[in-house]
Amino acid sequence: MATGETQLDRTLPGSGARVAVGQKIDPGKLAFRVGFLLLLAFFTILFLYPLVWLLSASLKPGSEVFSGGLIGSSLMWSNYPKLISDQPVLQWTWNSVLVTVLASSTVTISSALVAFAFAYFRFPFRGLVFGLVLAGMMLPGAVTMIPNYLIWDYLGWTNTLVPLWAGNLFASPFYIFMLRQFFLGLPRELFDAARVDGANYLRMWWSVALPLTRAALIVVFVFELKVAWTDLVKPLIFLRDLPTFTLPAGLKAIVDNPSIGGEKHFELLAVGGVIVTLPMVIVFFLAQRYFIEGIATTGSTGR
Amino acid sequence: MTAGIQGREVRVIGGVPWTRNTRQDLKWVLLFLSPWIIGFIVLTAGPMLWTLYLSFTNYNPIRPVTNFVGIENYARMLKDPHVLNSLYNTIFYTVLHVPLSMGIALLLALMLNRIGGRSAGFFRTAFYIPNVTPAVAVGTLFLLLLNGNSGVINGVLGFFGIDGPSWLNDPTWVKPGIIIMSLWTVGNTVVIYFAALKNVPLEMYEAARIDGASAWDQFRNITVPMISGALFFTFVINTIASLQLFTEVYTMFFGAQQGQSSGAGDAAEFYVIYLFHEAFEVFRMGYASALAWLLFAVILVITVVQIRVSRRFVYYEGE
Repeated sequence: MATGETQLDRTLPGSGARVAVGQKIDPGKLAFRVGFLLLLAFFTILFLYPLVWLLSASLKPGSEVFSGGLIGSSLMWSNYPKLISDQPVLQWTWNSVLVTVLASSTVTISSALVAFAFAYFRFPFRGLVFGLVLAGMMLPGAVTMIPNYLIWDYLGWTNTLVPLWAGNLFASPFYIFMLRQFFLGLPRELFDAARVDGANYLRMWWSVALPLTRAALIVVFVFELKVAWTDLVKPLIFLRDLPTFTLPAGLKAIVDNPSIGGEKHFELLAVGGVIVTLPMVIVFFLAQRYFIEGIATTGSTGR
Repeated sequence: MTAGIQGREVRVIGGVPWTRNTRQDLKWVLLFLSPWIIGFIVLTAGPMLWTLYLSFTNYNPIRPVTNFVGIENYARMLKDPHVLNSLYNTIFYTVLHVPLSMGIALLLALMLNRIGGRSAGFFRTAFYIPNVTPAVAVGTLFLLLLNGNSGVINGVLGFFGIDGPSWLNDPTWVKPGIIIMSLWTVGNTVVIYFAALKNVPLEMYEAARIDGASAWDQFRNITVPMISGALFFTFVINTIASLQLFTEVYTMFFGAQQGQSSGAGDAAEFYVIYLFHEAFEVFRMGYASALAWLLFAVILVITVVQIRVSRRFVYYEGE
């Protein structure tokens, strides 16, 4: 742990100790720590300021977006109703929520199903098949994009929300890989006990394996939440009419044409940016632990 | 092949003894695997072969006749200035973005690790937040921030007496602007490195200090080897993602724009953007399929090379 290192510092006096004889607090070390914190604070501002600016621009009069401080001559809360009345923003929001919830739940369940097969059963050519799953992880989306479009078009589902989530019914390699790791961590005796009680495999998966890997399932769910909510490529390919758009597609439409009555409204770009971003920020704070845990495990297990 | 189990000779198929249990469980295995099997056939392997087939045709959904054209699409790619230009832009971006993002992320992660405790958690959150911003919003935001006349970034540069360039219109500065934008979302990599750094046993540093190793020696001989797994992982993943950069740049410079920032021209044309244009804006799907296969081949070759090279440098615990 990082906290352990400070303890270690105390037990192994550094070079600063000579300067501060007899003093409890080492000024050299203190200055170092303060400087360090200032540097970190500087980076924090660098990362957070753009978002603060976006929020600020969304609340300014249109003519002041690029000028003045963070607060304009007046707080224009009315920018929000203005965009909502000018564009079908509420419809886009509903579409986005629908797609995101469906995409996340289907991919979590289907990936957990597949992952369990690789973790629990021994079956012929398991290693080979799992290799095929992993190979799918590095496949660029572009290679399957055109036929996927043709398939959904053939089924008559272009210009609907179905192609934006239905592919997730068929599991995703990355999540299969991740969940398999977690299932492998469960003691096998648990399942043997369930078998003795007469549970079939599907029941065992549902009532023994899934509850015990809840945290991992939530990680997958929130990961996909972010992926599905932010996706622009699928909406660009599959959706044509404004009312079918998701929020990212809607924001792109506003970027393409930010004028109302021949006048450009840059503050409305910022309003759109806030509306598409804010839900993700809220989800992040609610599920921060899962986001961070998920990314951290990805990095250490992704071999 | 056969193997003796419980005194009887049992056939081994695919590395597993072909016993009654295995046979009985197989239908369950297939049930559990079915989402992936169907998806793999219908949405992955099938479409890949379909794309390969299309790449040898002049398929265009708005034209009635499709002809088999052999390798014509591939031959045309070699002479297509857009292919060369977009490949150049994409590689330019990747070669700069990947090392820069890894370097900055490592620096920030080292700082987080040094500061430790609660404040590390706070700063980590701050660094990560830009990553939850949807890519289309990132593009929109930087369209405003990078504005040459009145954007915030040139405002800050102006404060230091620097006359900032036209990031959105000057072809020389379009890609540097895009790279600045890409570094804003470096927090993902920071989180990975920070987690890896926390797993390095402190005793190693203790022992090194007793041996009189300098901070740089410790970094080079302990930290880097111990987190080499994470470094390699991000190297591969960031490279693959960079080669497919699309959404942010498409948001800023392409689509049905009505006179936003037209001066960028070819400087912002990335490979997947050109592919998307060919496939879904002018519907030359045969040609776009050939472009897709080239991308696949490039990514495959780069990844295989990276994995080969990494075998020498990457340390995994327990090996």
